[in-house]
Amino acid sequence: MSRSLRLFILCGGFAFLYAPIALLVLYSFNSSKLVTVWGGFSTRWYASLFANAQLMDSALTSIQVAFASAALATVLGTAAAVALARFGAFRSRLLFSSMIYAPLVMPEVIIGLSILLLLVALDVERGFWTVVLAHATLTSCFVAVVVHARLLDFDMSLEEAAMDLGATPFAAFRSVTLPLIAPAVAGGFLLAFTISLDDLVIASFASGPGSTTLPMRIYSQVRLGVTPEINAISTLLLAFVAVALVVVAIGRSRAQRA
Amino acid sequence: MSGRARLSLGQRLVLALPYAYLTLFFLAPFALIVKISLSQQAIAMPPYAPVLAWSDGPAIWWEKAQNLGLDSYRVLFADAIYLDAALSSLFVATVSTLIALAIGFPLALAIARSPERWRPLFVMLAVAPFWTSFLVRVYAWIMILKDEGLLNHALLALGLISEPLEIFATRGAVILGVVYSYLPFMILPLYAALEKQDAALREAAADLGATPWRVFASVTLPLSLPGIVAGCMLVFIPAMGEFVIPDLLGGSDTLMIGRQLWNEFFSNRDWPTASAVAIMLLALILAPLTLYERHRIAQEGGK
Repeated sequence: MSRSLRLFILCGGFAFLYAPIALLVLYSFNSSKLVTVWGGFSTRWYASLFANAQLMDSALTSIQVAFASAALATVLGTAAAVALARFGAFRSRLLFSSMIYAPLVMPEVIIGLSILLLLVALDVERGFWTVVLAHATLTSCFVAVVVHARLLDFDMSLEEAAMDLGATPFAAFRSVTLPLIAPAVAGGFLLAFTISLDDLVIASFASGPGSTTLPMRIYSQVRLGVTPEINAISTLLLAFVAVALVVVAIGRSRAQRA
Repeated sequence: MSGRARLSLGQRLVLALPYAYLTLFFLAPFALIVKISLSQQAIAMPPYAPVLAWSDGPAIWWEKAQNLGLDSYRVLFADAIYLDAALSSLFVATVSTLIALAIGFPLALAIARSPERWRPLFVMLAVAPFWTSFLVRVYAWIMILKDEGLLNHALLALGLISEPLEIFATRGAVILGVVYSYLPFMILPLYAALEKQDAALREAAADLGATPWRVFASVTLPLSLPGIVAGCMLVFIPAMGEFVIPDLLGGSDTLMIGRQLWNEFFSNRDWPTASAVAIMLLALILAPLTLYERHRIAQEGGK
């Protein structure tokens, strides 16, 4: 592949990926009420955003759900990754690993519907915590994949050395393994957080009255038409993800240097 | 790794936690979907009549099993809307996967052939959109594609068209949305397959007189086949059940099976039919899921 062809493909590909996002951000600073007609620079939509109590309310709910579900998913996912990477060929390993990998591609409508039917069968009232549990189901699998990859990067000899020196398996994990995989665990947490913050479909099935998440609110507004307020909240969400990504990238490069 | 590993008590506890969680919330509910799909719609909460209850006992189970409601499934075949939705999903998912491959492959190749110090940044740029909100990215396309949207404004202003293009609320817009949203899933496995290829193989082929095209066709392409399969499955499977994209970018006549499931559930409150549609969707993605699993297990074995 020639250099100019390579650069052409890279520019074209990244333009396709980023131009819509850039336009969305640009038009969040549009003073015109019509989303698609430029009327000059303004931050008025951010002001009206913060004055929109319903939207702020659901944003708070979403952040709380994301925190709780990401914390739960990080524990579950890290345990799953350790089992996959360190426990050898245990019985029913195949079933276990399939349960980790299948949710990554499973259409969300199926995950959502099945969790809802479970909640109804168990007679659980839907609300904040059911969304947390439902999100953790999906996001723990993402944490497991991220942490598993990191665990495969270094071999078991370090942990074995610690245990030869008399450390219990748990102590070896805490003082040797955990510090080494910490960037991946943190990255997994952030990934789980952003997936939860973004999810519409599973939350719609698992939530009850009073636990309307931000994507559910955005969705119902988008169905009525595009408004500059949605651009503003979208921009804030993008900014959050950009910061999270930079944090992950810094953590990764530090880990590589260490 | 040979033979079965025996786990210590501590290991069992570590494994039990995620195992139990995923069994309860992911695996077990599939049985419930089957069960509800066989029940009748009822005006109650939950809106279905019970099929089988543990308390019934074998005699009643047998009696009930004989007139088990296959009504939901009969509906799937009686009303053309479900078959159309399934065919439309297959079409959209297939075309989107092929387009994503056509865009993703050159891009992954360009990243893999870039100087080594640039590669991590390029990979990051290719994957970063996956981290950003899905809903936000779909929304951005509404803004662009609408009849009075940015694209039409720009084209009209440039004088390239005299009438606004009607892209929004068509199947084409849905395909565009799927390609855009799932492109990172295509690029990542392709890049992984391309990046680990040894340049010496291509040089050897070139030394033996192969033209660049021949080198690509007989070295690069076959070696990246696992990446192609993985990437295609990662796009195709979720695209089959996609709800958000057809709902927001498609027209009211753009049927897709995930959207149908959503409507049965939320609009019609028909849980048995929604469950039957879910089973239909599962049946359609079973083959690609198996392919994806096989690829994954092969990868795992290779490590």
